[in-house]
Amino acid sequence: MSDYLFYPGCSMESSAKAYYHSVMSVCKSLDIKLNEIDDWNCCGATEYLSLDRMPAYALIARNLALAEKQANGSKTVVAPCSACYLNLSKADHYMNEDKAFGKSINEALSAGGLHYTPGELSVRHLLDVVLNDIGLDAVKAKVVKPLTGLRVAPYVGCMLPRPDYGKRYSDSEHPTELDDLLSALGAEVIDFPLKTACCGGHMTQIGPETAFELIRRLISSADEYKADVMVALCPMCQMNLDAFQSQMNGYFKTNYKMPILFFTQLMGLAFGEKSEKLGFGSEFVSAHEAMKRIGVHTPIPEDIKPEPKKPAGLPMPPPRTKTGQKNTIGNKEVSK
Amino acid sequence: MTNAVSVVDPPSSQTRREDPALLHEVSLRTPGKSHIEMCIQCGTCGGSCPSGSAMNHTPRAIFAMLRAGMRDDVLKSNTPWMCVSCYYCTVRCPQEIHITDVMYTLKNMALESGMVQDSTAFDFSKTFIHYVENYGRSFEIGLAGIHSLTHVKLATRLLDMAPMAIGMLTKKGMSPLPPKHIKGINDLKKILNRAKELEAA
Repeated sequence: MSDYLFYPGCSMESSAKAYYHSVMSVCKSLDIKLNEIDDWNCCGATEYLSLDRMPAYALIARNLALAEKQANGSKTVVAPCSACYLNLSKADHYMNEDKAFGKSINEALSAGGLHYTPGELSVRHLLDVVLNDIGLDAVKAKVVKPLTGLRVAPYVGCMLPRPDYGKRYSDSEHPTELDDLLSALGAEVIDFPLKTACCGGHMTQIGPETAFELIRRLISSADEYKADVMVALCPMCQMNLDAFQSQMNGYFKTNYKMPILFFTQLMGLAFGEKSEKLGFGSEFVSAHEAMKRIGVHTPIPEDIKPEPKKPAGLPMPPPRTKTGQKNTIGNKEVSK
Repeated sequence: MTNAVSVVDPPSSQTRREDPALLHEVSLRTPGKSHIEMCIQCGTCGGSCPSGSAMNHTPRAIFAMLRAGMRDDVLKSNTPWMCVSCYYCTVRCPQEIHITDVMYTLKNMALESGMVQDSTAFDFSKTFIHYVENYGRSFEIGLAGIHSLTHVKLATRLLDMAPMAIGMLTKKGMSPLPPKHIKGINDLKKILNRAKELEAA
């Protein structure tokens, strides 16, 4: 049993629940114990750094300070989101390299009674922990349902292999770690040339045309290589490629239907877990047909209705209803 | 890239003023050693940039402008705002300049100077951080909702975004309610306020 400090990040509680559930399932199978950092806060993504340097770094460092306090022997913080992973490593790296800067951040932290010793913790992504602490042999030993015949495009994205302060990955543009892991699960891994190209990041919100082109490049390349599914290891990459795929199709008049899954979802399947428990069916582009080809049943997204009544599209107060009339919108907000 | 490249107006005589301290200021405000003074104008950064075609100036041009002291032109450029933080330029730069971090510094400085020309990216960051500063957590649904209400055309919202918004709530089971406060929200606010004072000092 290996103990780690765990920084889930905000997406795991909202848009990337599939990732959360599959991470939990896989870590249980591999005997990885994740101790969530108590009362962690958002890492600020790329947005706070854009606005104001000191508070942005102080926001990130609060998590490191809390983790250090909670460490109890374990010195590794595991983050499954590439953006969180990079921010936590970035704060640790610069506080360590630039002592005056580190001192200022600690001065800010002291206003909340906290302190972080730069270099005290090592921040790592779950992929790195699985490969280097658990090892591919241990992973292979857990595989009961190999993903034979499934063609997978391994998509690593930007913030894991770059800038890679800890020099943990084999290459900053063509790292092979994710390929190796997926091969160990029995999948047929394509040599994906765009594996670390950009998913569009926040451009889906601030410059959609730019984002659509970046999404198109990735999806069309995976499609050309006849991938059945693409695998991501970051909630933002998965969200951009999955949720915006239909808008991208509309923009370019294309008809790609490339399912985007988290690597832990495929690990869970190979380890014999039921697809329902791994968040399958929550994807916008259904993985159902692709997985059926290798004899795995996964829920069809359209069939999943968590509540009998459909909620409204945008957060709004529940509409007034006439007595006796069935209210089909808004009820979810009330019950939550 | 399919979107049209917008070109900024040629600098007026007023923005032609040289500010020899500019390069040093950017260097000082970037954490760690940015190596910004070492640029050899090779252009690897611009050639590696996935959103370069949406930028007023390529990153290489920005570095030349910084050295030339063209403060207003640099701070008015949309270049740092179009950066997607992919770090291709950073790892490919033969001079090991921390280009992505320099872009963050330029955004900070542009905001301070009030010279930001298009507020879309800036507003997105502000809305995002509003939730973080007040709850300690980000709020994806609220962020996307508010941002699209203020920055996306109504027709686009209804046709393209409504199915996605519904999908977020049904398929992904995301809550439309704001996040719960973290327990230490008051301490976090104190930390952020102190940090803001330190940055302004």
